[in-house]
Amino acid sequence: MNYLRLLAAFFWVSVISELAYRVNFVWQLVQSFLSLGVSLAGLAVIFSYTETLGGWRPDEILALVGVYFFVGGLIGLVVQPAMEQFIESVRDGTLDFTLTKPEDAQLTTSIKRIEIWKLIDIVLGLAVLVIALIRLGENVGAWQAGAFVLMLTAGGVIVYSFFLILATLSFWLVRVENILMIFQSMYEAGRWPISLYPGWLRYGLTFIIPVAFATTVPAEALTGRLTWQTLLVAVVLAILLFAASRAFWRVGLRRYSGASA
Amino acid sequence: MKALAELYTQQFKTTLAMMFQYRAALVIWMIGQVLEPLVYLIVWSIVSKNSGGSIGSYTTSDFAAYFIVLMLVNQFTYTWIMYEFEYRVREGILSFALLKPVHPIHSDIADNASSKLITLPTMILIAAGLALGFHVSISPAPWAVAVFIPVLLLAFLVRFLLEWTLAQAAFWTTRVSAINQTYFVLMLFLSGQMAPLTLLPHPVQVAAAILPFRWMIGFPVELLLGRLTLTQALTGLGAQVAWLLLGFVLLRLVWRAGVRNYSAVGA
Repeated sequence: MNYLRLLAAFFWVSVISELAYRVNFVWQLVQSFLSLGVSLAGLAVIFSYTETLGGWRPDEILALVGVYFFVGGLIGLVVQPAMEQFIESVRDGTLDFTLTKPEDAQLTTSIKRIEIWKLIDIVLGLAVLVIALIRLGENVGAWQAGAFVLMLTAGGVIVYSFFLILATLSFWLVRVENILMIFQSMYEAGRWPISLYPGWLRYGLTFIIPVAFATTVPAEALTGRLTWQTLLVAVVLAILLFAASRAFWRVGLRRYSGASA
Repeated sequence: MKALAELYTQQFKTTLAMMFQYRAALVIWMIGQVLEPLVYLIVWSIVSKNSGGSIGSYTTSDFAAYFIVLMLVNQFTYTWIMYEFEYRVREGILSFALLKPVHPIHSDIADNASSKLITLPTMILIAAGLALGFHVSISPAPWAVAVFIPVLLLAFLVRFLLEWTLAQAAFWTTRVSAINQTYFVLMLFLSGQMAPLTLLPHPVQVAAAILPFRWMIGFPVELLLGRLTLTQALTGLGAQVAWLLLGFVLLRLVWRAGVRNYSAVGA
């Protein structure tokens, strides 16, 4: 409960500080709509030359695009900005202020900065997802919906843990601002079903940079492609990575020497 | 002129030193530069195989050639000035540049060119590897290769001038990431990065011919692949020169207005 109150407070602070940049809001709106528009136009072009792409029908790819925008929005809303700020705070020593607070430092670090404009992407992603679902019609049953929510959660946890591990490296390496970019540049590939890619790339996008679990796997759940094995791997990996990132964070924290300590 | 030459040499040394300091960042950034064209290469190859081995005038291996050459052209013309400039204005670092007796664009050009001395050979190796992997061969006419060199240089200059001008939006709004994103999204669609422009609907092709994006990326690629006639190549060259002049005028106007609008701490 306390955590939710904290989250609300951080969210409110972000809203207030962002409202100072009103022109930016208009541009963010334009940009989100445009990038979705171009994404859909690209799909329209591709599907004007083919019926299916790697076995995926247009509406199924549309659902994947919805997931792509939704998850990308979530990462941009809270995970990435907070991790960037955390890396910065290790470098300049302001992490001290977080550590002296009574709440769990990993939690406060993870929600400290919120990029509210990404809510637009989240809403747009959801809208596309809903449209895709309506068009897919009765093919989506309760089991698919349940598996989808479960896989989305697992994917979210996996991505969060991955970011936390990368960011925690800053306790040793100090200058790692750019390390987070690796996810961003790989995420682009998550726009399409991972099964399209050659083996080495598919492997890399699944186990080295876990883009597959963030986009393809939830979309697979929705379109009835998910196997029990994938579901199990995703859940187990989410739990393991979360535990590992937490442990790694603690080890890192012990190394932190602060600005004043 | 001599002072400028010295500035370029010094900037070259500084940039080299910086790049060796941020090796990891460089590698990560290059992965991104390779991945995007590679993804579209794979997607279009699959589409092409689905429809019997070719779409329009592009066979499956033509798609591979297209996106591999595009990777190189994009690498050659790429700038990061739009990210850099926001930071300079927001933090007030630009004030120092304004004190210097030369236009700040010079050190930016030098910085950009020298960083490419390192990234470009790496990219050529990657492209060669991919070309082997995807069994790509291109055989452009000798005249196309000869025209390609000035076309590529013009593509770089046009892109540099326009992006440098656009970067100055930072003088008015301070936060420009959304403007940058808008620009990159338009470019993705209209420059030929997403698909060869001839495969897009006719209205899009017309828009692409009027806007500068095609002349910065798609046009050099098509030229080197031997898909243009001499007349088309020369017309394209004309379009590039026109955009170069326009870009130059725009840059002067925007820069003058922008600097007047700039108010840093202590300026």
